[in-house]
Amino acid sequence: MAIQDQPMLAPAGRATAEANERRRARSGRLQSVLTVSALLAVAIVLAAPFVWLLSASLKPRSEVFSRELLPDPVMWENYSRVWDVSSMPVWVTNSALVAVLAAVTVALSSALVAFAFAYFRFPGRTALFALVLATMMLPAAVTMVPQFLVWDTLGWTDTLVPLWAGNLFGSAFYIFLLRQFFLTIPRELYEAATVDGANPLRLWWHVALPLTRPALLVVAVFELKASWTDLMRPLIYLRDVENFTLPLGLKTLLDQFGQGGEMQWEVILAASVIATIPMVVVFFLAQRAFVEGIATTGSKG
Amino acid sequence: VTAATPARVVRTFGWPALFLAPWIIGFVVFTGGPMVASLVLSLTDYDVISAPRFVGLDNYERLLSDRNIAASLGNTIFYTALHVPLSMGLALALAMLLDKARGRTSGIFRTLFYLPSVTPPVAIGILFLLFLNPQIGLIGQVFGALGLRAPGFTTDPDWIKPGIVLMSLWGLGTTMVIYFTALRNVPVQLYDAAQIDGAGSWARFRHVTLPMISSVLFFTLIVNLIASLQIFSEVWTMYFGNQDGGAGERAALFYVIYLFQQAFQFLHMGYASAMAWLLFLVILAITIVQLRLSRRWVYYEGAD
Repeated sequence: MAIQDQPMLAPAGRATAEANERRRARSGRLQSVLTVSALLAVAIVLAAPFVWLLSASLKPRSEVFSRELLPDPVMWENYSRVWDVSSMPVWVTNSALVAVLAAVTVALSSALVAFAFAYFRFPGRTALFALVLATMMLPAAVTMVPQFLVWDTLGWTDTLVPLWAGNLFGSAFYIFLLRQFFLTIPRELYEAATVDGANPLRLWWHVALPLTRPALLVVAVFELKASWTDLMRPLIYLRDVENFTLPLGLKTLLDQFGQGGEMQWEVILAASVIATIPMVVVFFLAQRAFVEGIATTGSKG
Repeated sequence: VTAATPARVVRTFGWPALFLAPWIIGFVVFTGGPMVASLVLSLTDYDVISAPRFVGLDNYERLLSDRNIAASLGNTIFYTALHVPLSMGLALALAMLLDKARGRTSGIFRTLFYLPSVTPPVAIGILFLLFLNPQIGLIGQVFGALGLRAPGFTTDPDWIKPGIVLMSLWGLGTTMVIYFTALRNVPVQLYDAAQIDGAGSWARFRHVTLPMISSVLFFTLIVNLIASLQIFSEVWTMYFGNQDGGAGERAALFYVIYLFQQAFQFLHMGYASAMAWLLFLVILAITIVQLRLSRRWVYYEGAD
């Protein structure tokens, strides 16, 4: 669900937002109590699976499916057992490595391409940009087979390379997004730097990139998440358990310890928590930059 | 004066070409090239080990007679037909609720509602495999509390897909955040003016809110459609891999799951390529139809 997971940046319209805020302030106390109650109810429903997961992952094996909300006794050992019975440390390392490489490469390469569309005037620019946008609509499943054959020909199957190296070439959605940000930079800034003898590469690095840091962070965070949670590509490319990323490792644990397997659900659940927590942390840390990134988008392009 | 001397070409295209190079290479090697390659491959029999053998349109003929194609297309359309309207409707309802709350409160809830969207699909699959299990899962308790017996969301072939739809609704956070941003950007003067004209809350929703966010609704409609036609990871986690042959084998056989099996389990690369092209054409057709239809209901600010 890669496309679906990407943020859409709407023009900020700060004035509108503030006016709406005033309108909201006018609404009555009763109404706001009702609103918050309804929101709380939804929050409880949405949070229930998380709470259940966390609680069950700390229960003894025989009580994983008991109705008790709080585990008693608290089995922290479940987590160390994951470490003992699986290659979890390797999977975490692989996932982290791939996610960081994927995020950094896609942010930089997309920024490079986006800058070309925002800064240069050249014949065919509009048509080429339309082609970039068109590839956004291309379903990933359609290029799955030939992309596999490309990596297979290069001899890189069963390595981590196919999981991130495609990001060296930019990604249509991020190119679109970053271009919007580059367009908001006043051209005078570039002209001033050009007078000082800067070439376009320096303009990109010293003028454009520093000014669009929040947007680059948004791109990096979203790719970090996409890469960390991806199952399909690891499933296609990886064979050796020692090369697995976390999602593929987790699926292997489910097959080994779950239904039809050894029925050690506490191991699977603890591993699920391990797979989930890092992205929750990243999301909370990056939240501010993320929201700011959305709020500062000034233009429709 | 306008002769295309090499020097002039370099001056015009040199720098842009350098900046665009990553995308152009990527397009040729990973998008455009593969599209052409898969069209050619779809006319062959290819198992990766021996050389491809040209078979003409055989693969496409097989598509028509393969019962799993019809079944997986049916499953996928069933899921999409439920998931897309339900998730868009719920996300909009939530976003409107969130829009009613004051700044601080709405910020906290927005974060909470978004959290499921950062959960790895494999973890979601595991979670809901247990959650939706009528015997051991929480859903059994919820139905029990209402004096009902939970249907076999993970065991009964008739209920497996509705169970998957339920699971998918847990992840509507992204769509909701998009709607929320759009709602906050509707000019408040429009609501004031409508109120002065005597419009009730339904009329304001119908004639102010909906038109003003219609372009965003359209965007999410297309994106959600394309994504749900390619549903894979959660369902693969729940019902495939070494659970092949279980209750989900037919009921949860979605199109991309079958495509994956053909390509990477049975190594029928030619047949899988034909399947990929069929999917591409279906998605293209749906997108074009939606674009056409959108002219009737999508309003772009400043476009008229």
